[in-house]
Amino acid sequence: MRHAYIWGGILTIAFFSVVGDVLLARAMKQVGDVHALLRSAGLWTVVGRVASNPNIFMGVAAMTVAFFTLLFALSWGDLSLVAPAAASLTFIGNAFAAKIFLHEKVDRRRWIAAILVAGGVALLAG
Amino acid sequence: MTFRKYLVLAGVTVFGAAGDSVLSHGMKQVGNISIHDLPSLIFAVMNPYVMAGILLLLTFIVLNMTALSWADLTYVLPATSMGYVLLALSARFILHEQVSLMRWLGIVLISGGVGFIAGSPALTSPAHQDEKSPLLAAKDAARNGALEDPAHAEEAVSSGVEP
Repeated sequence: MRHAYIWGGILTIAFFSVVGDVLLARAMKQVGDVHALLRSAGLWTVVGRVASNPNIFMGVAAMTVAFFTLLFALSWGDLSLVAPAAASLTFIGNAFAAKIFLHEKVDRRRWIAAILVAGGVALLAG
Repeated sequence: MTFRKYLVLAGVTVFGAAGDSVLSHGMKQVGNISIHDLPSLIFAVMNPYVMAGILLLLTFIVLNMTALSWADLTYVLPATSMGYVLLALSARFILHEQVSLMRWLGIVLISGGVGFIAGSPALTSPAHQDEKSPLLAAKDAARNGALEDPAHAEEAVSSGVEP
């Protein structure tokens, strides 16, 4: 039963982290290239566009849920299992979500990069 | 990719790793915080290391959002994962901690992953032209010189229609 709680927590952390990352990425694409905007329209235009984008706030809310779930999961399981497992699953989940929801071209090279980094993070943090 | 954009990616990596380690150092100085004693969190923020860690992580967030404005999520995440490697290397060479063989293998895997995406294009997702306001799209087109007749450009801008 304890295992079910721990893995449920890990999956919840990864899910909300992916949702947060995707929403933030989507919001920043809607805002536009910040470098170009700073040159053409100035800092306050960038700040106004970011502050008025609802995806930013939904992304931050999802990341907050992921953070508090991490705190709960750490009270059930070891840091050496929860942190690397959640980080690795987030990397892989982001690759799927970016392909489906952000329409990014996740080619073989990017899949290999995501898998290598996910494996590396699991080994480093484990 | 310009030099400035590579600098932003390097900034995401360095500020993220530095923020995590400085905040962690500060929280170890503060000690355990009970969930029943939340006001002690405010005192934790008074710790200079905690404050510095929060400032570094805020800079990390701003740089990360900047990078996501011109690069794919599947490019930014692996490209900035060298932060994990930086943390492990600083543990070995600054804090003189033992780094196990498995962790060295992790460093090799992450570096390999970063190498895989290093030469690929940063942006593959379609631009969100459809989500841009018609007024802004017309202004951009006018600015790019797509309209030869200034009067026509003004008309297009005022009607919000992209020529």
